[in-house]
Amino acid sequence: MFNGWVYPNFAALNKLVFILKKNWWKIVAFGLLVYTIWAGFLWPVPRLYILNETIRNLYFHVCMWFAMMILFGVSFVYSIKYLRGFNYRNDIFARQFAAVGAYLGILGYITGAIWVSVTWVTQQGQSLGSVLKEPKLIGAAIALLIYGAYFVLRGSFTDIDKRARISAVFNIFAFAMLFPSIWIIPRLVGSLHPGAPGSDSGNPALDRNDMDGSMRMVFYPAVIGWTLLGVWIATLKIRVQLLADKTILHDKV
Amino acid sequence: MIRFKKIVLLLVALLPLLASAQAQPEMADTMRSNGKIYIVVAVCLTILVGLFLYVANVDRKISKLEKGN
Repeated sequence: MFNGWVYPNFAALNKLVFILKKNWWKIVAFGLLVYTIWAGFLWPVPRLYILNETIRNLYFHVCMWFAMMILFGVSFVYSIKYLRGFNYRNDIFARQFAAVGAYLGILGYITGAIWVSVTWVTQQGQSLGSVLKEPKLIGAAIALLIYGAYFVLRGSFTDIDKRARISAVFNIFAFAMLFPSIWIIPRLVGSLHPGAPGSDSGNPALDRNDMDGSMRMVFYPAVIGWTLLGVWIATLKIRVQLLADKTILHDKV
Repeated sequence: MIRFKKIVLLLVALLPLLASAQAQPEMADTMRSNGKIYIVVAVCLTILVGLFLYVANVDRKISKLEKGN
């Protein structure tokens, strides 16, 4: 029924389907980020004083922090998984997801510093000193330093099992500190970020009344896109580490 | 007459609101109208494509290493 040349084509097609089945989310990440840049620069945004066009930083700066939180969450889950069965593979996963998360957090910090320089510092008459006392900046710095301590702690062990166990416990502590320091305390004491008590900004990330609908249409896909890119890079780091440590990994995939 | 005065008073009271409605926050409207914003988008998309090509290439190389072992 089939001609001779059909079979090789089927094989190629099967291979393509196999690659797509495994890697579809990487293509989704690319598509979402193209959409983010296209819609993020071209679609209308609310016209607000002080913010002006910089409101579009929501699709980039804020997404770094959201992607960081999700990657730290994944790292937290792998630390728990490690402590449940002491499978060294889970320790590698936890470390690399935390590393990419911390990297995105640093990017969020830098982009925030750039954004501050044209909004809070100059136009609202805030001095740099008062801006640096902003609770969310301090909270984010604390959270990132705790994760920095996680990597220092890891580096201080020579015994692999001790390193994996103690750093898994520390990673759970670090994740438990993350949300109080970047969300709860800044919103209790009041911050220049949206969501301060007494301001009308409410909960701009999750409450549908507190963010313009047109911005939510771009913001949520942007969060997913940046997160998937972070996950992709994390998986590459994990695979390299698995290759490097394959002599001490007893189980098969 | 009193009603007329009240209406005038109301209109006078609303004048600042009208004025503020006309003076909108400054946005990059010129950049949009002359299409230069598309240059910005093109540059950012080029960087994004380059970044993804690089990551995909590293991915492919790691796959080769995994197969070799």
